[in-house]
Amino acid sequence: MSRPMLRHSDAQFIPVSFTLNGRLQEIEVEPHELLLDVVRDRLGLTGVKRSCDVQVCGACTLLVDGRPVSACTTLAFEVRGRSVLTIEGLAKDGTLHPLQEAFIEHGGFQCGFCTPGMILAARALLDENPNPTEEELKHFMHGNICRCTGYKKIIESIMAAAIKMRGNRA
Amino acid sequence: MLRRFRLEEPESVQETAELLGRFGESAKIYAGGTELLLAMKEGLVQYERLINVKKLQGLSELKLENDTISIGALCTHYQLETAALLKERLPALVELERNVANVRVRYSGTIGGNLCFAEPHADPGTLLLALGATLVAQKSSSRREIPAEEFFVDAYETCLEADEVLSEIRIPVPAAKSGIAYLKFGYLERPSVGLAIALKLNGGISDARVAVGCAGPAPRRVPEAEAMLKGKSIEEASRNLANAGQAAARTAQAITDLHGSQDYKEHIIGVLLKRAFQRSVAQK
Repeated sequence: MSRPMLRHSDAQFIPVSFTLNGRLQEIEVEPHELLLDVVRDRLGLTGVKRSCDVQVCGACTLLVDGRPVSACTTLAFEVRGRSVLTIEGLAKDGTLHPLQEAFIEHGGFQCGFCTPGMILAARALLDENPNPTEEELKHFMHGNICRCTGYKKIIESIMAAAIKMRGNRA
Repeated sequence: MLRRFRLEEPESVQETAELLGRFGESAKIYAGGTELLLAMKEGLVQYERLINVKKLQGLSELKLENDTISIGALCTHYQLETAALLKERLPALVELERNVANVRVRYSGTIGGNLCFAEPHADPGTLLLALGATLVAQKSSSRREIPAEEFFVDAYETCLEADEVLSEIRIPVPAAKSGIAYLKFGYLERPSVGLAIALKLNGGISDARVAVGCAGPAPRRVPEAEAMLKGKSIEEASRNLANAGQAAARTAQAITDLHGSQDYKEHIIGVLLKRAFQRSVAQK
Protein backbone atom coordinates (compact mmCIF):
# COMPACT_ATOMS: atom_id res chain seq x y z
CA MET A 1 0.00 0.00 0.00
CA SER A 2 2.31 2.77 -1.08
CA ARG A 3 0.80 6.19 -1.46
CA PRO A 4 2.61 9.49 -1.57
CA MET A 5 2.65 10.90 1.92
CA LEU A 6 1.84 14.51 2.65
CA ARG A 7 4.61 16.99 2.15
CA HIS A 8 5.64 19.03 5.12
CA SER A 9 4.21 22.20 3.60
CA ASP A 10 0.77 20.57 3.91
CA ALA A 11 1.25 20.09 7.63
CA GLN A 12 -1.72 20.86 9.80
CA PHE A 13 -1.28 22.42 13.22
CA ILE A 14 -3.84 22.00 15.98
CA PRO A 15 -3.84 24.40 18.92
CA VAL A 16 -3.95 22.42 22.14
CA SER A 17 -4.71 24.14 25.40
CA PHE A 18 -4.62 21.83 28.40
CA THR A 19 -3.64 21.56 32.03
CA LEU A 20 -0.32 19.83 32.67
CA ASN A 21 0.33 19.00 36.31
CA GLY A 22 -2.01 21.79 37.35
CA ARG A 23 -0.59 24.47 35.03
CA LEU A 24 -2.14 25.76 31.82
CA GLN A 25 -0.12 24.70 28.81
CA GLU A 26 -0.67 25.97 25.29
CA ILE A 27 1.04 24.30 22.37
CA GLU A 28 0.44 23.44 18.74
CA VAL A 29 0.70 19.87 17.58
CA GLU A 30 0.41 18.05 14.31
CA PRO A 31 -2.30 15.37 14.18
CA HIS A 32 0.17 12.48 14.15
CA GLU A 33 2.16 13.58 17.19
CA LEU A 34 1.89 11.16 20.09
CA LEU A 35 1.27 12.38 23.62
CA LEU A 36 4.32 10.45 24.79
CA ASP A 37 6.68 12.27 22.41
CA VAL A 38 5.16 15.67 23.14
CA VAL A 39 5.43 15.24 26.90
CA ARG A 40 8.94 13.78 26.83
CA ASP A 41 10.62 15.62 23.97
CA ARG A 42 8.81 18.92 23.68
CA LEU A 43 7.79 19.52 27.29
CA GLY A 44 10.81 17.83 28.84
CA LEU A 45 9.01 15.59 31.32
CA THR A 46 10.83 12.30 31.00
CA GLY A 47 9.20 10.38 33.86
CA VAL A 48 6.86 8.81 31.35
CA LYS A 49 8.62 5.93 29.56
CA ARG A 50 8.35 4.32 26.14
CA SER A 51 8.62 0.57 26.44
CA CYS A 52 6.37 -1.88 24.58
CA ASP A 53 4.82 0.84 22.39
CA VAL A 54 1.66 -1.27 21.91
CA GLN A 55 -0.46 -0.43 24.98
CA VAL A 56 0.41 -3.61 26.81
CA CYS A 57 3.03 -2.76 29.43
CA GLY A 58 1.88 0.48 31.07
CA ALA A 59 5.31 2.17 31.31
CA CYS A 60 3.89 5.15 29.37
CA THR A 61 0.84 5.52 31.63
CA LEU A 62 -0.32 9.11 32.16
CA LEU A 63 -3.55 10.25 33.76
CA VAL A 64 -5.90 12.25 31.55
CA ASP A 65 -8.79 13.67 33.55
CA GLY A 66 -7.76 11.22 36.26
CA ARG A 67 -7.91 8.14 34.08
CA PRO A 68 -4.93 6.13 32.88
CA VAL A 69 -4.04 6.25 29.18
CA SER A 70 -1.16 4.80 27.19
CA ALA A 71 0.69 7.92 26.06
CA CYS A 72 2.45 5.81 23.40
CA THR A 73 -0.83 5.29 21.56
CA THR A 74 -2.67 8.52 22.37
CA LEU A 75 -2.64 11.33 19.83
CA ALA A 76 -1.48 14.52 21.52
CA PHE A 77 -4.37 16.63 20.21
CA GLU A 78 -6.73 14.45 22.27
CA VAL A 79 -5.79 16.31 25.45
CA ARG A 80 -7.42 19.53 24.23
CA GLY A 81 -9.24 21.05 27.19
CA ARG A 82 -8.29 18.21 29.47
CA SER A 83 -6.08 17.73 32.48
CA VAL A 84 -2.90 15.67 32.25
CA LEU A 85 -1.01 14.38 35.25
CA THR A 86 2.53 12.99 34.97
CA ILE A 87 4.65 11.52 37.74
CA GLU A 88 6.41 14.90 38.04
CA GLY A 89 3.12 16.46 39.13
CA LEU A 90 2.27 14.03 41.91
CA ALA A 91 4.31 15.48 44.77
CA LYS A 92 2.89 18.68 46.26
CA ASP A 93 5.22 21.49 47.41
CA GLY A 94 8.12 19.11 47.87
CA THR A 95 6.07 16.54 49.78
CA LEU A 96 5.79 13.13 48.19
CA HIS A 97 2.37 11.64 47.51
CA PRO A 98 1.45 8.77 49.89
CA LEU A 99 1.85 6.34 46.99
CA GLN A 100 5.39 7.54 46.36
CA GLU A 101 6.20 7.28 50.07
CA ALA A 102 4.72 3.79 50.23
CA PHE A 103 6.72 2.60 47.20
CA ILE A 104 9.92 3.79 48.92
CA GLU A 105 8.99 2.39 52.31
CA HIS A 106 7.90 -1.02 50.98
CA GLY A 107 10.51 -1.39 48.23
CA GLY A 108 7.89 -1.22 45.48
CA PHE A 109 10.47 -1.01 42.71
CA GLN A 110 13.69 -2.55 41.53
CA CYS A 111 15.00 -1.02 38.30
CA GLY A 112 12.31 1.66 38.49
CA PHE A 113 11.41 1.82 34.81
CA CYS A 114 7.78 0.78 35.33
CA THR A 115 7.39 2.83 38.52
CA PRO A 116 5.98 6.12 37.16
CA GLY A 117 3.30 4.18 35.30
CA MET A 118 2.65 1.91 38.26
CA ILE A 119 2.19 4.81 40.65
CA LEU A 120 -0.07 6.77 38.30
CA ALA A 121 -2.22 3.71 37.56
CA ALA A 122 -2.44 3.06 41.31
CA ARG A 123 -3.46 6.66 41.88
CA ALA A 124 -6.33 6.21 39.37
CA LEU A 125 -7.35 2.98 41.06
CA LEU A 126 -7.44 4.52 44.53
CA ASP A 127 -9.37 7.56 43.28
CA GLU A 128 -11.99 5.24 41.85
CA ASN A 129 -11.89 2.64 44.62
CA PRO A 130 -10.21 3.87 47.84
CA ASN A 131 -10.53 0.48 49.52
CA PRO A 132 -9.74 -2.19 46.92
CA THR A 133 -9.47 -5.87 47.65
CA GLU A 134 -6.24 -7.48 46.49
CA GLU A 135 -8.19 -9.07 43.64
CA GLU A 136 -9.61 -5.71 42.53
CA LEU A 137 -6.14 -4.21 42.72
CA LYS A 138 -4.66 -6.98 40.57
CA HIS A 139 -7.45 -6.65 38.03
CA PHE A 140 -6.97 -2.90 37.68
CA MET A 141 -3.18 -3.10 37.60
CA HIS A 142 -3.14 -6.11 35.24
CA GLY A 143 -1.99 -3.89 32.37
CA ASN A 144 1.09 -2.55 34.17
CA ILE A 145 4.03 -4.88 33.78
CA CYS A 146 7.07 -4.96 36.06
CA ARG A 147 9.82 -6.66 34.08
CA CYS A 148 11.76 -7.23 37.32
CA THR A 149 8.63 -9.09 38.53
CA GLY A 150 8.52 -7.22 41.82
CA TYR A 151 4.77 -7.53 42.03
CA LYS A 152 4.48 -8.60 45.64
CA LYS A 153 6.18 -5.45 46.88
CA ILE A 154 4.18 -3.31 44.46
CA ILE A 155 0.91 -4.72 45.77
CA GLU A 156 2.08 -4.19 49.36
CA SER A 157 3.02 -0.61 48.53
CA ILE A 158 -0.35 0.22 46.98
CA MET A 159 -2.27 -1.43 49.82
CA ALA A 160 -0.24 0.52 52.39
CA ALA A 161 -0.84 3.77 50.52
CA ALA A 162 -4.56 3.01 50.35
CA ILE A 163 -4.73 2.69 54.12
CA LYS A 164 -2.78 5.91 54.60
CA MET A 165 -4.89 7.82 52.07
CA ARG A 166 -8.15 6.63 53.67
CA GLY A 167 -6.75 7.82 57.00
CA ASN A 168 -5.89 11.23 55.51
CA ARG A 169 -9.43 11.57 54.18
CA ALA A 170 -11.11 10.69 57.47
CA MET B 1 6.51 6.49 14.92
CA LEU B 2 3.44 7.64 13.09
CA ARG B 3 3.62 9.12 9.64
CA ARG B 4 2.09 12.50 9.06
CA PHE B 5 -1.65 12.60 8.27
CA ARG B 6 -4.41 15.17 8.19
CA LEU B 7 -7.26 15.24 10.65
CA GLU B 8 -10.91 15.78 9.78
CA GLU B 9 -13.42 16.39 12.53
CA PRO B 10 -16.97 16.06 11.23
CA GLU B 11 -19.90 16.88 13.48
CA SER B 12 -22.55 14.61 12.00
CA VAL B 13 -22.83 11.08 10.64
CA GLN B 14 -23.85 12.57 7.28
CA GLU B 15 -20.72 14.70 7.13
CA THR B 16 -18.62 11.66 8.08
CA ALA B 17 -20.15 9.56 5.31
CA GLU B 18 -19.52 12.37 2.83
CA LEU B 19 -15.85 12.57 3.85
CA LEU B 20 -15.53 8.80 3.49
CA GLY B 21 -17.11 9.03 0.05
CA ARG B 22 -14.85 11.87 -1.01
CA PHE B 23 -11.52 10.51 0.25
CA GLY B 24 -12.15 6.78 -0.28
CA GLU B 25 -9.38 4.44 0.82
CA SER B 26 -6.97 7.24 1.65
CA ALA B 27 -9.05 8.06 4.75
CA LYS B 28 -10.04 6.03 7.79
CA ILE B 29 -12.42 6.58 10.67
CA TYR B 30 -10.64 7.11 13.98
CA ALA B 31 -12.37 6.74 17.35
CA GLY B 32 -10.49 5.27 20.34
CA GLY B 33 -7.49 4.49 18.18
CA THR B 34 -6.49 1.48 20.25
CA GLU B 35 -6.29 -0.83 17.22
CA LEU B 36 -5.82 1.60 14.34
CA LEU B 37 -2.88 3.55 15.77
CA LEU B 38 -0.98 0.35 16.54
CA ALA B 39 -1.35 -0.81 12.94
CA MET B 40 -0.32 2.63 11.67
CA LYS B 41 2.72 2.80 13.96
CA GLU B 42 3.83 -0.59 12.66
CA GLY B 43 3.43 0.72 9.11
CA LEU B 44 0.95 -2.07 8.32
CA VAL B 45 -1.55 0.53 7.10
CA GLN B 46 -1.22 4.20 6.33
CA TYR B 47 -3.76 6.88 5.62
CA GLU B 48 -3.54 10.43 4.39
CA ARG B 49 -6.48 11.37 6.59
CA LEU B 50 -8.03 10.24 9.81
CA ILE B 51 -11.64 11.17 10.41
CA ASN B 52 -12.14 11.74 14.12
CA VAL B 53 -15.72 10.70 14.94
CA LYS B 54 -15.58 11.38 18.65
CA LYS B 55 -17.40 14.69 18.21
CA LEU B 56 -20.46 13.01 16.73
CA GLN B 57 -23.49 13.57 18.92
CA GLY B 58 -25.61 10.76 20.28
CA LEU B 59 -23.25 7.91 19.50
CA SER B 60 -22.08 7.43 23.09
CA GLU B 61 -25.47 6.63 24.51
CA LEU B 62 -26.54 3.39 26.09
CA LYS B 63 -30.27 2.94 26.52
CA LEU B 64 -33.19 0.57 26.73
CA GLU B 65 -35.77 0.96 23.94
CA ASN B 66 -38.70 -1.36 24.60
CA ASP B 67 -37.13 -4.80 24.35
CA THR B 68 -33.87 -3.70 22.80
CA ILE B 69 -30.64 -2.55 24.36
CA SER B 70 -29.20 0.21 22.18
CA ILE B 71 -25.46 0.79 22.43
CA GLY B 72 -23.95 3.79 20.63
CA ALA B 73 -20.92 2.82 18.59
CA LEU B 74 -18.73 5.30 20.50
CA CYS B 75 -19.42 3.71 23.90
CA THR B 76 -16.09 2.73 25.42
CA HIS B 77 -15.41 -0.68 26.88
CA TYR B 78 -15.23 1.00 30.29
CA GLN B 79 -18.67 2.55 29.80
CA LEU B 80 -20.12 -0.88 29.06
CA GLU B 81 -18.24 -2.53 31.90
CA THR B 82 -19.77 -0.12 34.41
CA ALA B 83 -23.27 0.43 32.97
CA ALA B 84 -26.10 -0.26 35.44
CA LEU B 85 -28.44 -1.19 32.57
CA LEU B 86 -26.08 -3.92 31.38
CA LYS B 87 -25.29 -5.16 34.87
CA GLU B 88 -29.02 -5.74 35.29
CA ARG B 89 -29.99 -7.00 31.84
CA LEU B 90 -26.85 -8.40 30.26
CA PRO B 91 -24.21 -9.31 32.85
CA ALA B 92 -22.42 -11.59 30.36
CA LEU B 93 -21.49 -8.53 28.29
CA VAL B 94 -20.32 -6.69 31.42
CA GLU B 95 -18.04 -9.59 32.29
CA LEU B 96 -16.67 -9.70 28.74
CA GLU B 97 -15.99 -5.96 28.69
CA ARG B 98 -14.39 -6.06 32.13
CA ASN B 99 -11.79 -8.42 30.74
CA VAL B 100 -10.97 -6.71 27.45
CA ALA B 101 -7.22 -5.99 27.25
CA ASN B 102 -6.33 -3.65 30.13
CA VAL B 103 -7.82 -0.64 31.87
CA ARG B 104 -6.14 1.90 29.56
CA VAL B 105 -7.52 0.21 26.46
CA ARG B 106 -10.96 -0.02 28.08
CA TYR B 107 -11.00 3.71 28.85
CA SER B 108 -10.10 4.65 25.26
CA GLY B 109 -11.33 1.86 23.02
CA THR B 110 -14.87 1.88 21.66
CA ILE B 111 -17.19 -1.01 20.94
CA GLY B 112 -17.79 0.32 17.42
CA GLY B 113 -14.09 0.59 16.69
CA ASN B 114 -13.53 -2.90 18.01
CA LEU B 115 -16.20 -4.33 15.68
CA CYS B 116 -15.19 -2.31 12.61
CA PHE B 117 -11.50 -3.12 12.92
CA ALA B 118 -12.50 -6.83 12.95
CA GLU B 119 -9.25 -7.96 14.54
CA PRO B 120 -9.78 -11.75 14.76
CA HIS B 121 -8.72 -11.96 18.41
CA ALA B 122 -11.42 -9.58 19.66
CA ASP B 123 -14.08 -10.62 22.15
CA PRO B 124 -17.30 -8.65 21.58
CA GLY B 125 -18.24 -9.94 18.10
CA THR B 126 -18.57 -13.54 19.24
CA LEU B 127 -20.98 -12.73 22.05
CA LEU B 128 -22.98 -10.37 19.82
CA LEU B 129 -23.53 -13.24 17.38
CA ALA B 130 -24.88 -15.45 20.16
CA LEU B 131 -27.11 -12.63 21.39
CA GLY B 132 -28.65 -12.08 17.96
CA ALA B 133 -27.45 -8.47 17.84
CA THR B 134 -28.04 -6.13 14.92
CA LEU B 135 -25.57 -3.49 13.78
CA VAL B 136 -26.83 -0.21 12.38
CA ALA B 137 -24.87 1.29 9.49
CA GLN B 138 -25.58 4.82 8.25
CA LYS B 139 -24.70 6.74 5.12
CA SER B 140 -25.50 10.30 4.10
CA SER B 141 -29.10 9.49 3.30
CA SER B 142 -29.75 5.89 4.23
CA ARG B 143 -29.60 3.49 7.12
CA ARG B 144 -29.56 -0.29 7.25
CA GLU B 145 -29.59 -2.94 9.94
CA ILE B 146 -27.07 -5.75 9.59
CA PRO B 147 -27.38 -9.00 11.56
CA ALA B 148 -24.14 -9.43 13.53
CA GLU B 149 -23.49 -12.77 11.83
CA GLU B 150 -23.36 -11.08 8.42
CA PHE B 151 -21.11 -8.25 9.60
CA PHE B 152 -17.80 -10.11 9.85
CA VAL B 153 -16.58 -11.13 6.40
CA ASP B 154 -12.98 -12.10 7.12
CA ALA B 155 -10.02 -11.10 9.26
CA TYR B 156 -9.98 -7.28 9.39
CA GLU B 157 -12.88 -7.18 6.94
CA THR B 158 -16.52 -6.28 7.55
CA CYS B 159 -19.48 -5.94 5.19
CA LEU B 160 -19.57 -2.16 5.68
CA GLU B 161 -19.51 -0.18 2.46
CA ALA B 162 -16.79 2.41 1.97
CA ASP B 163 -19.01 5.32 2.99
CA GLU B 164 -20.97 3.61 5.76
CA VAL B 165 -20.60 4.50 9.43
CA LEU B 166 -21.43 2.03 12.19
CA SER B 167 -23.65 4.05 14.52
CA GLU B 168 -25.33 1.64 16.90
CA ILE B 169 -25.44 -1.92 18.19
CA ARG B 170 -28.90 -3.26 19.00
CA ILE B 171 -29.27 -6.29 21.25
CA PRO B 172 -32.62 -7.92 22.04
CA VAL B 173 -33.11 -8.01 25.81
CA PRO B 174 -32.64 -11.67 26.79
CA ALA B 175 -35.78 -13.51 27.92
CA ALA B 176 -36.29 -13.82 31.66
CA LYS B 177 -35.16 -17.44 31.72
CA SER B 178 -31.94 -17.26 29.77
CA GLY B 179 -28.48 -18.62 30.26
CA ILE B 180 -25.71 -16.62 28.63
CA ALA B 181 -21.97 -17.08 28.89
CA TYR B 182 -18.87 -15.92 27.06
CA LEU B 183 -15.61 -17.64 27.90
CA LYS B 184 -12.17 -17.06 26.49
CA PHE B 185 -8.77 -18.60 26.88
CA GLY B 186 -5.33 -17.47 25.89
CA TYR B 187 -1.84 -16.96 27.22
CA LEU B 188 -0.85 -13.90 25.21
CA GLU B 189 -2.33 -10.41 25.45
CA ARG B 190 -5.24 -11.41 23.22
CA PRO B 191 -7.36 -14.55 23.48
CA SER B 192 -6.60 -17.71 21.47
CA VAL B 193 -10.22 -18.83 21.59
CA GLY B 194 -13.52 -17.19 22.51
CA LEU B 195 -16.85 -18.98 22.77
CA ALA B 196 -20.36 -17.75 23.53
CA ILE B 197 -23.58 -19.58 24.32
CA ALA B 198 -27.07 -18.09 24.73
CA LEU B 199 -29.82 -20.47 25.81
CA LYS B 200 -33.53 -19.94 26.36
CA LEU B 201 -34.52 -22.19 29.22
CA ASN B 202 -38.00 -23.55 29.94
CA GLY B 203 -37.08 -26.51 32.07
CA GLY B 204 -35.33 -27.77 28.97
CA ILE B 205 -33.62 -25.74 26.26
CA SER B 206 -36.13 -24.03 23.99
CA ASP B 207 -33.56 -22.15 21.96
CA ALA B 208 -29.79 -22.19 21.67
CA ARG B 209 -27.27 -19.99 19.93
CA VAL B 210 -23.58 -20.81 19.86
CA ALA B 211 -20.77 -18.69 18.43
CA VAL B 212 -17.02 -19.15 18.29
CA GLY B 213 -14.28 -16.61 17.64
CA CYS B 214 -10.58 -15.70 17.90
CA ALA B 215 -9.34 -19.11 16.72
CA GLY B 216 -9.91 -18.37 13.02
CA PRO B 217 -10.42 -15.35 10.77
CA ALA B 218 -13.77 -14.12 12.13
CA PRO B 219 -16.46 -14.95 14.69
CA ARG B 220 -18.96 -17.50 13.41
CA ARG B 221 -22.28 -18.95 14.57
CA VAL B 222 -22.41 -22.72 14.84
CA PRO B 223 -25.86 -23.89 13.67
CA GLU B 224 -24.78 -27.53 13.85
CA ALA B 225 -23.97 -27.23 17.55
CA GLU B 226 -27.14 -25.24 18.18
CA ALA B 227 -29.24 -28.06 16.69
CA MET B 228 -27.65 -30.52 19.14
CA LEU B 229 -28.81 -28.42 22.11
CA LYS B 230 -32.08 -26.87 20.99
CA GLY B 231 -35.33 -28.60 21.93
CA LYS B 232 -33.47 -30.97 24.26
CA SER B 233 -33.65 -31.49 27.97
CA ILE B 234 -30.56 -30.32 29.82
CA GLU B 235 -29.55 -33.96 30.34
CA GLU B 236 -29.91 -34.80 26.65
CA ALA B 237 -28.05 -31.68 25.60
CA SER B 238 -25.29 -32.44 28.10
CA ARG B 239 -24.68 -35.75 26.33
CA ASN B 240 -24.24 -33.89 23.03
CA LEU B 241 -21.62 -31.46 24.25
CA ALA B 242 -18.61 -33.34 22.91
CA ASN B 243 -20.16 -33.46 19.43
CA ALA B 244 -21.28 -29.85 19.66
CA GLY B 245 -17.72 -28.90 20.62
CA GLN B 246 -16.38 -30.70 17.54
CA ALA B 247 -18.89 -28.88 15.35
CA ALA B 248 -17.81 -25.58 16.83
CA ALA B 249 -14.16 -26.47 16.27
CA ARG B 250 -14.85 -27.19 12.57
CA THR B 251 -16.80 -23.97 12.13
CA ALA B 252 -14.10 -21.87 13.79
CA GLN B 253 -11.64 -22.49 10.91
CA ALA B 254 -8.88 -22.43 13.50
CA ILE B 255 -5.44 -21.61 12.22
CA THR B 256 -1.99 -22.35 13.61
CA ASP B 257 -0.27 -19.19 14.80
CA LEU B 258 1.44 -17.65 17.83
CA HIS B 259 -1.76 -18.11 19.81
CA GLY B 260 -1.58 -21.90 19.46
CA SER B 261 -1.75 -24.71 16.93
CA GLN B 262 -4.96 -25.56 15.11
CA ASP B 263 -5.32 -28.82 17.12
CA TYR B 264 -4.78 -27.01 20.38
CA LYS B 265 -7.38 -24.35 19.62
CA GLU B 266 -9.90 -26.96 18.48
CA HIS B 267 -9.42 -28.82 21.74
CA ILE B 268 -9.87 -25.64 23.76
CA ILE B 269 -13.07 -24.82 21.84
CA GLY B 270 -14.54 -28.13 23.01
CA VAL B 271 -13.55 -27.44 26.60
CA LEU B 272 -14.96 -23.89 26.55
CA LEU B 273 -18.22 -25.08 24.99
CA LYS B 274 -18.78 -27.53 27.84
CA ARG B 275 -17.93 -24.94 30.48
CA ALA B 276 -20.04 -22.23 28.86
CA PHE B 277 -22.98 -24.63 28.64
CA GLN B 278 -22.64 -25.58 32.29
CA ARG B 279 -22.45 -21.96 33.29
CA SER B 280 -25.46 -21.07 31.14
CA VAL B 281 -27.77 -23.78 32.47
CA ALA B 282 -26.78 -22.89 36.04
CA GLN B 283 -28.42 -19.46 35.48
CA LYS B 284 -31.95 -20.95 35.11
